[in-house]
Parts: sequence; structure tokens; C-alpha cells
Amino acid sequence: MQDRPGATELLEAVRAFLEEEVVPALDGPRQFHARVAANVLAIVGRELAGEEASLLAEWRRLAGLLGRASEPLPRLEALRAAVRDGTAALAERIRRGDADAGPFRHALRAHVRATVEDKLRVANPRLLESAGGTTR
Amino acid sequence: MLRGDPPGHPVHSSRRDEFAVLAAAHAAGLPVPRVRWCEEDPAVLGAPFFVMDFVAGETLARRLLRDAEYAPARAALPGQLAAALAAIHALDPRAPALAFLPRPPADATPAAAELARHEQLYRAVTLDPHPALELALRWLAAAPPAPRAETLVHGDFRIGNVIFGPEGLRAVLDWELAHAGDPMEDLGWLCVRSWRFGADAQPVGGLCRREEFFAAYARAAGAPVDSAAVRWWEVFGNLKWAIICVMQARSFIDGARSVELASLGRRVAEMELELLELTEA
Repeated sequence: MQDRPGATELLEAVRAFLEEEVVPALDGPRQFHARVAANVLAIVGRELAGEEASLLAEWRRLAGLLGRASEPLPRLEALRAAVRDGTAALAERIRRGDADAGPFRHALRAHVRATVEDKLRVANPRLLESAGGTTR
Repeated sequence: MLRGDPPGHPVHSSRRDEFAVLAAAHAAGLPVPRVRWCEEDPAVLGAPFFVMDFVAGETLARRLLRDAEYAPARAALPGQLAAALAAIHALDPRAPALAFLPRPPADATPAAAELARHEQLYRAVTLDPHPALELALRWLAAAPPAPRAETLVHGDFRIGNVIFGPEGLRAVLDWELAHAGDPMEDLGWLCVRSWRFGADAQPVGGLCRREEFFAAYARAAGAPVDSAAVRWWEVFGNLKWAIICVMQARSFIDGARSVELASLGRRVAEMELELLELTEA
């Protein structure tokens, strides 16, 4: 256990410093890159806050789709590896045409959408809020 | 105005070829900066470059879509962009001056060739599996557009690549991806969600609805738009932009020191969501 401030609080301190003090002091490409850097720290902060819960949910969905046992994986590292492995298996099944039609396609698309939304909740939550507004 | 790449620029594009396309576009009366001189010897300035006339105006797409000053431009641009695209597509890519342009192989349609090329790029660089991109690849492979007469294709036609003033379009820029192919490719690329800069209610560059733009293009081109083909190219455009982001992230992981390249890896999910939406039916 580390002392306060914790990792997300430290990230937020650096992010705010970049956005409030560094960005206004720069111009041109440097200003753009400082803004990108501040945004990257915001992404990391959101990822740290929610990674374990989101990985667990993704892993349970994957196990259901692929017919695998979903016994608890205690360590984050093992969970990441299991999700990666299951996702690679899913990608391979899509390439083989298994998801071209039928109930598997339906279940798989629901899983892929949930996973993409999880990624966006970390990378760009504002885009997710406005997703319903896209005109087709 | 001087256009060149910094030494070590990762994207290979030929300044001489871009110079020649701009000269042809200018000769055809298109709104482009007039090019004056091309220097291919990198010894002169460290990299090849060309010189073109300066065109005053704004290039920030977000200003175009949001600032009150550009309201007249927002009204004029759909018609102006449609007319410019139709004029680009009227240029003959087999003309001797454009003989260097990349073109699809004789045994494949432009759509099939582009799809195969990008799938290969994707498989070569990706470090993570992307089920959403795999679904898009299957969707695209199932029904590529039928072949049609090949035209000049701009290759990067979007509101981030034009100069505009309060009154409207002043110049079309960034011709380095010009090639011979399916003209519907340019219309599909213009509809890609990222190039709406948040103005999603207007699918064509954040400016207008598809039907409005297609009608203006058809009037200028004297031929109807193949809206199913445009839809295919829009899906392909989202996939292509996703693959470009995967490539940029890969170059960061391989050692390129750039926070921008690093951040692009996390933009892939934006295109994945859009691909799921577009291929829902």
C-alpha cells in the first residue's frame, strides 16, 4: 500500500498541470502535442479506475461465447492473458465465417459492441454519449 | 508557399507526382494552389519540395463547423465540394501527364484491390486481435461494388484538407494520395465519421445530409451517384482509418517517440463502434 496521493490522483495532478499551465504557454505543434499528452493521461486515469471490473465482465462474456469454463482468475495479469486469448479465438472464428449469420452472429455482435463501448468509456467517453445522434 | 516533408518522414509520397497532379488540376480549372517549381534533389533543403502560390484562408475544420463567421461557407460548401469532386472525377487518369498514378491491377476492381491491400497491411502490423475489424472485413468482402469506368480519385478529400474563407471553398489541398480508381471512393471517404469533427447530424463532413450532397454531385457530374457503392466505401474508409491508427500505434511501440502516435492506438475503438453501426443491418 502506497501513501496518498494515489496513482490516479498523481496522474490527475500532472494532467491538470499540462492542460492549465503548459498548453496555454505553447503554440503550434508543441501546443497540440501537449494537449494530446494531457488527454492521454486522462485515458490512463480512467483505465486504472475501471480495468479490472471491465476485464472480468469481458472475460465472462467471452467464456460464454466460446463455451469455456469461467473459474475465477485471481490475478490481473492472468485475466488480461485469458481475455486476449479468447478474443484471438473469436477473431479467428469470424475469419472462418462462423459469425456470418445465425444466433452466434447475434451473440457475438452484442459482445463485440459491449467490448468496444468499454474501450470508449476509457478512450473517449464523450463520443459514446453522442453515439445515438449519428444520422444514417 | 513551400510543401515538403521533414527528413525521415514516415509516409512515402512523391513531391514530383503531387506537383504533376496539382498542375493537371489547375489546368482543368479546379480550385487548387498554382504550383511553380519542384525540387527533387534532397541536398537543396534536406528533402524534396515544391513551391506553390499562397492561398489565404482558414483550414481548421472545427472553426468551419462552429464559428458564426463561417455560416455562409457552411451553406456554400456542399455544392462547391460536390462540383470540385465532379471536376476531379472528370480528369482522365490515362492522360500522359498522369501516367505515373497508382492504379488497381488489371485482374481486380479498385474496391477488391484496396480491400486486399489493407487487410494485408492490418495483418502485418496488428498486435491485438480486433473482432470488430474482422466483422467489417467480412462485410466488405461479401459485396464489393461492381466495376465502373476508372477516374482520377483524390484519395483524401475531406474538410480538413481544404482552404476556405467566410464565403466558401478556396482551394483543395493534399493530393499526395491521388490515384486511378472508383470515383465513389472519394464520396465515401468524405462521409467517414471522424471527418465530421463531432457534427454528426450532418454525415457529409459535418456539413449536410448524404442525399443533398449526392444530388449536387449528380448535377455537377451529369451522372447519378451509386449510393450503395458510396456506403461500401464509407465502411471501407472507417476500416482504413482504423488500420492507419493501428499502424501508427505500432510504430510508437516499435520505438518512434511521439505522444500523438501513441494516442492514435486508442482511437481505433471510435472506428470500431462506427463500423458496428454501419454494418448493423
